[in-house]
Amino acid sequence: MYKRNLVKTLTLLLLVVAFSVNAQHEPATSTHEKQASSKKDYKAEIKAEIKHHVKDSYYFDFNSNSETGEYNGFSLPVILYDNGLQVFMSSKFAHGKKVAEVGGNYYKLYHNKIYKTDAEGVLQFDEHHHPTNIKPLDFSITKTVVGIIIVSILVFWLFVSLAKSYAKNGAIPKGIGRFFEPLVIYIRDEIAIPSIGHKHYKKYMPFLLTVFFFVWFSNLIGITPFGLNVTGNLAVTAALAFLTFIITQFTSKPNYWKHIFWMPGVPWIMKIVLAPIELLGVFIKPFALTLRLFANIFAGHMVIYSLLGLIFIFHSFIGGSLSFGLALVISVLELLVAILQAYIFTMLSALYFGMASEEHEMEHTE
Amino acid sequence: MEKLVNLFSYGLFFWQILLFLALLLLLKKFAWKPILNAIDEREEGIKNALDEAENARKEMQNLTADNERILKEARMQRDSLLKEAREMKESMISEAKSEAQQQAQKVIDQAKTSIEAEKQAAIADIKNQVAELSIGIAEKVIKNELADKDKQVKLVEEMLKEITIR
Repeated sequence: MYKRNLVKTLTLLLLVVAFSVNAQHEPATSTHEKQASSKKDYKAEIKAEIKHHVKDSYYFDFNSNSETGEYNGFSLPVILYDNGLQVFMSSKFAHGKKVAEVGGNYYKLYHNKIYKTDAEGVLQFDEHHHPTNIKPLDFSITKTVVGIIIVSILVFWLFVSLAKSYAKNGAIPKGIGRFFEPLVIYIRDEIAIPSIGHKHYKKYMPFLLTVFFFVWFSNLIGITPFGLNVTGNLAVTAALAFLTFIITQFTSKPNYWKHIFWMPGVPWIMKIVLAPIELLGVFIKPFALTLRLFANIFAGHMVIYSLLGLIFIFHSFIGGSLSFGLALVISVLELLVAILQAYIFTMLSALYFGMASEEHEMEHTE
Repeated sequence: MEKLVNLFSYGLFFWQILLFLALLLLLKKFAWKPILNAIDEREEGIKNALDEAENARKEMQNLTADNERILKEARMQRDSLLKEAREMKESMISEAKSEAQQQAQKVIDQAKTSIEAEKQAAIADIKNQVAELSIGIAEKVIKNELADKDKQVKLVEEMLKEITIR
């Protein structure tokens, strides 16, 4: 208790000192216009950097220098469907500076999107400054796809080695399996069986386990310095929720549809009112799943990057170290959020499966 | 909403579904099935072992209960045997006592009857002797009477006085 109070006071003190120092610092710098403008540049640069990070990319860059146009990383394959498959490496774009020419077609990278252009790479803009050029169907192996592949390989390797260790050691896990096995058992005993029931839970187990560990590891890999942002992509979470939705519908029993269109146990007028609401709910559920995971991870990345960016804006020892400390605290929080969001996604999927596979008629008085 | 739609990438959606399904199928075959089966088997094994231990414990309890029961029965049997023996001893002693008494009584009775008989015989003998004596006296009296009548009578009287039969 005493220790916690001490930490609290120290943090408060640091905050006060940091702001007072900044306040003192502000008028001093405003006199030097050069410094002020460089600060503005910092802000714009940080904003661009954050935007760049949270978005998907055709390059796997570890860092970049916008002033010199230097990028450290490697380019990834671009796969377009435009009069047949067009496959080439993203290095052809030279980070948007060049027009890529593939099989007589010209493509230009503009704000992280590929547009079809003429040989000079001219883009037409509408009044909102959005390009009006055609966007070809894009199945590129982007940075996020690489992230998905890395996570998949990691999860696959981990659990196959766990499965193998059972065969070797006579059903006793060894090494890291000792940590992961309780999680597998937890998902079975605390998520699958209570939500779905003893009778049907087995057929959903592979999906629940895969989704839990995939989401968790994707969240975790997002906190690593590689700057991967897998589950902070709307398409990724939408795909996962879509699979939950598909499995729910395809394994549903007649009872599930009865509860949607003709809710038992309520007056008939209520049944008519409830039917469209319930039907809408069927589609809202996966939508909520998508947005919840996406928003949590996306926001986490934004906050950490913004706090790290503050170090450059404060430009002082105290402000910088404070931002760093806060970023550290938020990173630890993100560690918790990583497993929490994976748990919530798995739990809700299990609940939806439970609703779909429920067989017995509940004791309604009709 | 438009921004959200802008964030959505069809290519990424496609790859996520494809890769995730591949991962799901591979893991299902190579990881989840063996892992879940191993866990199930182990849990079954633990459950069986526990059941067996419980059964063994119950058997042990039964055995000790049996032992105690048998011991108790043996003790009771021993007690009853001892009691019987004691009773038998007492009854034997009392029987012997009463028999001895009877026997003694018999002997005493016999002795009494024989004494009585002896007594009667003695009395009879004495009577005979008295008779003979009386006869002798009588003879003498008669002889004396023949000599002196008074003296004779006196003698008889004296004689009779002397010999008083108890």
